Amino acid sequence: MTDISGKDVRLNAARQGVWRPLPVIGQRWKRLTLNAAVLVYLVLATSSIEVNWARVSQGMDRGLDFVASFTRPDFMSRLDEIGLGLLESLTMTFVATVIGTVLAIPVGLGAAANMAPTPVYLFCRAVIAISRTFQEIIIAILFVTMFGFGPLAGVMTLAFATLGFTAKLLAEDIEDVRKDALEAVKATGAGWLQWVNYAVQPQVMPRLIGLSMYRLDINFRESAVIGIVGAGGIGATLNTSINRYDYDTSAAILILIIIIVLLSEYLSGHIRRWTA
Amino acid sequence: MPVNYLKSGSVSWHPKSRRQRLIAWGLWFSGLALFCICWRVISENTIWEFLYDADEQALSLLGRMVPPDWQVTGSLLAPLWDTINIATIGTLLGLLIAFPLAFLAARNTSPHPVLRGFALLVIVSSRSINALIWAMLLVTIVGPGVFAGMLAIALRSIGFLGKLLYEAIEEVEVGPVEAVRSTGASPMQVLQVAIWPQIKPAFAGISVYRWDINIRESTTLGLVGAGGIGLAMNAAINNLAWAQVATVFVLIFLTVLLSEWVSANVRRHVS
Amino acid sequence: MLELKGVSKRYAGGELALNNVSFNVAAGEVVALIGPSGAGKSTLIRCINQLVQPTDGQVLLNDSRLELLKGRQLRMARRQIGMIFQNYALVERLSVMENVLSGRLAYVGFWQSLLRRYPAADIKYATQLLDRVGLSEMLDKRSDALSGGQKQRVGIARALMQRPALLLVDEPTASLDPKSSRQIMRLLCELCREQNLAAIINIHDVALAQQFVSRVIGLQQGAVVFDGKPEALSEQVLTDIYGLEDWQEPADD
Repeated sequence: MTDISGKDVRLNAARQGVWRPLPVIGQRWKRLTLNAAVLVYLVLATSSIEVNWARVSQGMDRGLDFVASFTRPDFMSRLDEIGLGLLESLTMTFVATVIGTVLAIPVGLGAAANMAPTPVYLFCRAVIAISRTFQEIIIAILFVTMFGFGPLAGVMTLAFATLGFTAKLLAEDIEDVRKDALEAVKATGAGWLQWVNYAVQPQVMPRLIGLSMYRLDINFRESAVIGIVGAGGIGATLNTSINRYDYDTSAAILILIIIIVLLSEYLSGHIRRWTA
Repeated sequence: MPVNYLKSGSVSWHPKSRRQRLIAWGLWFSGLALFCICWRVISENTIWEFLYDADEQALSLLGRMVPPDWQVTGSLLAPLWDTINIATIGTLLGLLIAFPLAFLAARNTSPHPVLRGFALLVIVSSRSINALIWAMLLVTIVGPGVFAGMLAIALRSIGFLGKLLYEAIEEVEVGPVEAVRSTGASPMQVLQVAIWPQIKPAFAGISVYRWDINIRESTTLGLVGAGGIGLAMNAAINNLAWAQVATVFVLIFLTVLLSEWVSANVRRHVS
Repeated sequence: MLELKGVSKRYAGGELALNNVSFNVAAGEVVALIGPSGAGKSTLIRCINQLVQPTDGQVLLNDSRLELLKGRQLRMARRQIGMIFQNYALVERLSVMENVLSGRLAYVGFWQSLLRRYPAADIKYATQLLDRVGLSEMLDKRSDALSGGQKQRVGIARALMQRPALLLVDEPTASLDPKSSRQIMRLLCELCREQNLAAIINIHDVALAQQFVSRVIGLQQGAVVFDGKPEALSEQVLTDIYGLEDWQEPADD
């Protein structure tokens, strides 16, 4: 309550020793409705959970077995598959990040409202929206259907995902580029490419490198997944080991993934500091 | 030194020094070389014959997807509802664990370095592993269904939420913390009175942001049997019913747009 | 009432912030602590309520040794010591009333404070304090909506809410304009007199200190170099504390 009488009422009550903090939502009925809505939703949402406790108690042994397997990861018995899978994942990650980032530059320019004519803008925004909405694995299914099994489908999947991610952030950056710099370069009579080269590139280039480093990390994690649907990489090996309850091998693969992600985060932190 | 004074008396100018340029060119060159090597590895593992008719394949796939089969829309609403629940309940479960974990992981609130190391390890492990992998594991443990999906989303969210939250905690102003400590408040009261109000906006923003990501991720969990609209998608793909797959895609697209809109609005509101 | 015996503090980096500081403060006595930046004034008052642990020496409050206390006992001792900060150190997103009541945290339990169930007597006293500092109209305002002088008044009310025996005041006027500075100093000294409170006030504005307090302690490089009446602060003494400067010119900070 912001009106003066309300304030006095609260002050007088406090003088008598009665005080509660002001509620976040002023009106009582709104507050009650919101609380009731949340409660109803929670009841409805949790009622759709069907837990087969007999199944869970059976599975618990397996769960404990899985946790325990992290104390005895088995790198050796599937060494060849793990090695090849990791190598494939890493190459896919790198190639896809490069291709995706390179392609993201024109799309990002096109999706910046201050750079592109409206039809181009709408087209590029649509590409970005599609790429960002659909999880990598869905795109991978489509590409595997079109191009067959193997790492090429994986590369295209990851490149497409990188494209959407990088182009969106790039477009936002370009839209934030300082106007006076844009106008100053335009005023010199520069052509469109020169204009981009001199006015836009210096302001967004460090960001682009940072984004691609960040994306490298995400792509590696994703490459561990798209193998499930046949798009190459370590995912296939991981999937097989989990389905065969060969948790020691799964644990070994997961530990390797965690280590590589940690390393790449550490490295990309350094590179970003170096280029900034 | 970007400007070189040459012996002839003329001045040459480059945006960067000679050494910096050499390093930059070296990096670009080795990056390119690495790219070529990697490309060869991939190329060797690719059956290029499959690609000769890729354009036909793509077109025929597209042909079979358009127009989408709108008649199945009604039967997809229940799985879609499940998907939203997986994301929402999963996010809430994740928050429940990530919240205390963040206080253990933040340098300024962690009670002990060993606990801090443990919390950071949990956060990193959870972040490195995709929700689908968690789902695969959980399906073998608790059986297929929505429950496995919720747990998978929760496990994946812990790392993300925990990391962003503990970074927010480490950035709180120390003044109020010192002031509240000096009143003789207990450590838990310091968290509650001095730290929590400072991180509350970040907490709300981060949670809604993760919820938005979880909506996307939960659309695919059905592929490994963890419930939601992904189950319907998987069934349609296995039956090669591409018109139905297209309907699923449209529904996913609309749901994700909606969640993104909600998330953006909430985040603008709290910041 | 408060007694410091040979208090020293050496930080982890090796620098000696306090060097063998000893003095007594009687109940109701208001002391100004002056000295250049980096002389150890902030460290000294934080060594009293153990926000900073002294490396050496004893801190006695009513004959109990604060530097030996831990956990709950330390918190009970801190209840008797109110603290006021240079940058007000309010929890900005909480309301004025919530900030003032936070002075009672050590008297209520965790759940009580979480649910804001403070005893009626505390709430009454909080409104009296807000009346006294002239902010009772603001009780529901969020603290970040207040001016600097108003924030410092809330800070004072929060410290008094503890019903302390001793006030530690760290540069109360450093972030304020000259008029608010004077008002805040006057308010502080009046409150100390009304409640027979002892206070140690860190302050760099010597003129302001001389105007309001009855005793001045000068600190230089962590050691006490002056302890006496404000009238005894000669130019020679000030040069000892601050280094060479023309002390007759009005300060322009």
